[in-house]
Amino acid sequence: MSLLTINNINKAFGGVKAINNVSFELPRGQLLALLGPNGAGKSTCFNMLNGQLKPDSGSIKLEGVELVGRHPRQIWNEGVGRTFQISATFGSLTVLENLQMVLLSRDKKLFRLWTPAASYYKEEALVLLDQVGMADQADRACSVLAYGDVKRVELAMALAHDPKLLLMDEPTAGMAPKERNQLVMLVKKMVIDRNLSVLFTEHSMDVVFEHADRMIVFARGELIADGGAEDIRNDPKVREVYFGSGKSFEAA
Amino acid sequence: MTLSGLLVQLLNGLVDASSLFLVASGLSLIFGVTRIMNFAHGSFYMLGVYVAYTFVSHMGESVGGFWVAIILSSLMVALLGALIEIVILRRVYRAPELFQLLATFSLVLILQDLALFIWGPEDLFGPRAPGLTGSIEILGRNFPQYNLVMIVIGPAVLGILWLLLNKTRWGVLIRAATQDREMVSTLGVNQAWLFTSVFALGCFLAGLGGALQEPRIPANLALDLESIGTAFVVVVVGGMGSIPGAFLAALLIAEVKALCIALGTIHIFGIDFPMSKMTLVAEFLIMAIILVIRPWGLLGKPQATARNDHSAEPPLRPSLPIFKWCTAALVLALVLVPVFEETFPYAQIILVEIFIAVLFAASLHFVMGPGGMHSFGHAAYFGLGAYGAAILVVTWKLPMELALIAGPLLAVLGALVFGWFSVRLSGVYLAMLTFAFAQIVWSIVYQWDDVTGGSNGIFGVWPSDWLSSTTALYYLTLSIMLAGILILRRILFAPFGLAIRAARDSSLRADAIGVDVKRVQWVAFVVAGLFGGIAGAVYVFSKGGISPEAIGVGRSIDGLVMVLLGGVQTLFGPIVGASIFTWLHDSVARETDYWKAVLGMIILLIVLIFPAGIVGTLSHLWQWIKHHRPLQTKKVEASK
Amino acid sequence: MSKVLYKLLIGGVLASSFVASASWAADTIKIGEVNSYKAMSAFLGPYKKGWEMGLDEINSQGGVLGKNLEVIYRDDNANPGDAIRVAEELRTREKVSMIFGGFLSHTGLALTDYAKRRKMIYLAAEPLTDKIVWENGNDYTFRLRPSTYMQVAMLIPDAVKLNKKRWGLVYPNYEYGQSAVATFMQLLSKAQPGVEFVVEQATPLGKIDAGSVVQALDDAKPDAIFNVLFGADLGKFVREGNTRGLFAGKEVFSLLTGEPEYLDPMGAEAPEGWYVTGYPWNKIDTPEHNAFKTAYEAKYGEYPRAGSIVGYTSIKTIAALIKKAGSTDTDDLIKAFSGLSHNTPFGPITYRSQDNQSTFGAFVGQTALVDGKGEMVNFRYVDGADVQPSDEEVAAMRPAN
Repeated sequence: MSLLTINNINKAFGGVKAINNVSFELPRGQLLALLGPNGAGKSTCFNMLNGQLKPDSGSIKLEGVELVGRHPRQIWNEGVGRTFQISATFGSLTVLENLQMVLLSRDKKLFRLWTPAASYYKEEALVLLDQVGMADQADRACSVLAYGDVKRVELAMALAHDPKLLLMDEPTAGMAPKERNQLVMLVKKMVIDRNLSVLFTEHSMDVVFEHADRMIVFARGELIADGGAEDIRNDPKVREVYFGSGKSFEAA
Repeated sequence: MTLSGLLVQLLNGLVDASSLFLVASGLSLIFGVTRIMNFAHGSFYMLGVYVAYTFVSHMGESVGGFWVAIILSSLMVALLGALIEIVILRRVYRAPELFQLLATFSLVLILQDLALFIWGPEDLFGPRAPGLTGSIEILGRNFPQYNLVMIVIGPAVLGILWLLLNKTRWGVLIRAATQDREMVSTLGVNQAWLFTSVFALGCFLAGLGGALQEPRIPANLALDLESIGTAFVVVVVGGMGSIPGAFLAALLIAEVKALCIALGTIHIFGIDFPMSKMTLVAEFLIMAIILVIRPWGLLGKPQATARNDHSAEPPLRPSLPIFKWCTAALVLALVLVPVFEETFPYAQIILVEIFIAVLFAASLHFVMGPGGMHSFGHAAYFGLGAYGAAILVVTWKLPMELALIAGPLLAVLGALVFGWFSVRLSGVYLAMLTFAFAQIVWSIVYQWDDVTGGSNGIFGVWPSDWLSSTTALYYLTLSIMLAGILILRRILFAPFGLAIRAARDSSLRADAIGVDVKRVQWVAFVVAGLFGGIAGAVYVFSKGGISPEAIGVGRSIDGLVMVLLGGVQTLFGPIVGASIFTWLHDSVARETDYWKAVLGMIILLIVLIFPAGIVGTLSHLWQWIKHHRPLQTKKVEASK
Repeated sequence: MSKVLYKLLIGGVLASSFVASASWAADTIKIGEVNSYKAMSAFLGPYKKGWEMGLDEINSQGGVLGKNLEVIYRDDNANPGDAIRVAEELRTREKVSMIFGGFLSHTGLALTDYAKRRKMIYLAAEPLTDKIVWENGNDYTFRLRPSTYMQVAMLIPDAVKLNKKRWGLVYPNYEYGQSAVATFMQLLSKAQPGVEFVVEQATPLGKIDAGSVVQALDDAKPDAIFNVLFGADLGKFVREGNTRGLFAGKEVFSLLTGEPEYLDPMGAEAPEGWYVTGYPWNKIDTPEHNAFKTAYEAKYGEYPRAGSIVGYTSIKTIAALIKKAGSTDTDDLIKAFSGLSHNTPFGPITYRSQDNQSTFGAFVGQTALVDGKGEMVNFRYVDGADVQPSDEEVAAMRPAN
């Protein structure tokens, strides 16, 4: 059985269809890239998957459990982690505290009023930070980090509760090419080591074609292609969408 | 009541709606573009009435002269507004959120004393408008001619504003700036002058609103505070930044009030209920209901979060040893104060006052700073705690010690209810909902004579015998204050403290890691309410009683001023802010009759010198020195 | 102002905030004064001038017990909590012998309670609330001015004489307004059975919607109106009422409206023919008042207000009190205060031993327009002793000490 099953979801904003009858599946242990030009509906799709938006119709199931109508934090509870296009971390907390927050939340200890938070999960948090290469900056405030570092902290946070599914919206935006590859390779390693499933959007096509196991393409709210790197490259619809908008994969 | 009576009452409501709208439209405009919550807007309105009094008295004998005088007065107020914007407000636009409040608050104090200085303390009743002194008959009743003109002016101004905003380049810029300030500045528009012109226009409208009242009401020194609360309510009910919304809201509020008055005393289930008393609280009830149903007001849109005024605060770090030693020394000094009673007989009394203010400010800071929720109605919890304790002692004859513990539970109850609704909103709307709740509490306290003593309050609530000496009370207050501060601090370092700061920093991220943001914020409200309530309960026993003034909007504002003065981004800020503010208030008032102006100028000075609050700025300075010293020595080495 | 700032900057105030006053104070008798000067400046300005003039007179005649009187005054911000704070300051740092002052009911009541707790004499100068001498009365608190009850009772005879059946009531929505109306209803119903109160408008203090209120009163078609509004509310109410013809054909009874503080700001729009209590400063022709008026006008270049009389009389009461007691010891003062008599611009008054209320009275008359401004005509002085409930009723209301 697939981990994630999306069936005929629709979403319209003021009469404009942002997502039109989209269905796809995501098996365990797969790195799936979601492609498409700007305005194709990628972010809308992401926001529906983690509960920020509610589809007008259709169903989203994680291991058979319906996610539609659930709150983001409940969906997180079901084992879905997420990073944002404009990364969201807690700026006034240190890198370490950001991770401790997630771990405290995982174990439902957020409402403890007495024992200092510093004494909770320090080792575990450092291990997670080490994975993304941020352990040496653990004591810095998130608000003063370089952008690429914020993205890595965010990734560590998304992985902290050992999710089954990771949603990554533009995980490498604003990073240098070398950093990009490092980050995606790290994710790829998790996919293999932990049997994690990842759905991500990405502008950098070389990253996608090099690392993604499979890709799906959106255009104007519809899913127009689904397959491996070769299939997508040769798909006439995809070529039309990208060349029609004056872009090619090679150029992008 | 007859149908014709009702109709004429609705007409009366239209008159008041026009007056409300004029003041509120300017406030809404200023907020929309500059994001400044202009506390001084009521002061400009008041100045409008005064200046018009002077002009109309001198030149208002002819019809033309009267209207020229009105326009001239409004222009004078606009000019003053522009001047103030250029000289003062421009310097604080970049300061952290809400810090501008302090600047406008100081203006309220200064402008009121200015009016007192120029026009004196007596009410000034100006001449009527020539040609409109009489009345005409409508449905068998005499309706003042001038009021008919007022009814027309409201919609006329609405129309002119609409044309201005929609049909001129300037208007387009304003609307753009309302949506996205940064965009406009990147378009090459001179943002400074755009802000100045908007502020001047807003003040013009306030001045016009005031000037038009000249034939109807006496100019007096209470007009500023009377009008500002209602103006804020109108703006928020209409939706911040929406001019048509403000008009609708003004209409709604004025008509509801007119209806309350028209109904007179009604009988429900055999109980006489004088509806006219409802006018005291009508606008706040309306605001609370509207905000619960429509979180952005009638015609408002969700607020775009302002991008530039969130300078992220540094993480909380455990105190440095030197700081700990300093604090210990300070505490020791405070413990020793009573030893010097002979030399400093007043020290304990003013310090008790300061301790209560510190605890109150610290509890407000808890929701405001780390919680990121700007409560404009924190006096509610102070009041509930105070009245809870007082009622328990006076009516239930509970011993003082028990009341001191049980009283604040009423504040917790209040925070549970108000917090539940408030955390569902954000930004200014949250602030105004807390304000509405506080006003509702105030008006219940003010009118429920049997339980709360009504406007007089409750007296004779003195501490038990063992605490009756000044020194015993001093130690009690000192220890409660210290315990309160330490507990609040402890909570901020605990997982829950982490959670509220996280929820403030990014509710998006918090949501995505399973944090129930609303619940976290709700609990934060309750914690703050508890400590605010404790401050109130202690206050009761230090004063021997409580009255509605002590829990009114004044206390909420004082709390905000204390927190902002000290610096909202530091834990020590509210302590310093509360101490300095309370002490200044006490000592300046003794030195001069114009103490409000002096206090205002001192606050203004602090605002300009310490743009992040006193403690905030000092700690920035400390960081700066720490980071730059090694750099300088390196440079020196390099040059060698 | 710059001097003050300078002082603040060098921290001079820091010292003065905490340190006890210097020792030269020993050769004066210090009296504390607490009032809402800033919040009620229009009324308390003349009041302050009044006690300052009285103080000068007393000291130029050699003071009391061979010492000069010294008044140290403080602002209470119209807030009972602040009133207690400044009273504590006056007690501990200034070491005053007694306090006087108060204008608003709640600060007056707070000081009343404070006086009892700290066993310090308090002369309530201006506050009107009945509770100061009745429900919340105590041995330490005395009151000069005629209370709400007394002011209302002064108007009752005229109201009964007119024999109007349907009454409308309008009052500010707080204790003063409520208790005035309650007393009026009670006394009038007793004196004139069958009287009806057909409409009641309680308006928020300082924020009356005059148009709507005037119309609501008019629509109920009362024969007469009892008004307790004052200050800016009164001005708005009268102007709106004049324009709408509310007062035509109706008798109006109004508390305090004859005091120049309230009558004068209305100028040419002052109502005519209202029955009011007040202070016809320019028409009282008695030697005591003429002397007071002449001295006041000479000193300040303006005419006296009701507040001037109250301030002046308060300090005169205090001088007479200390002279009679022969010391500033609180117990001696209490003994001397009970039954204390002295002369005032309104004639002799006595502090009643049964409730510590003075017999200081007020003038009752009708308003009229003279030379384009409001004045009181057909007035008479009503002695405070004549408008009191019976001694048994008073005794029942006062708590046993």
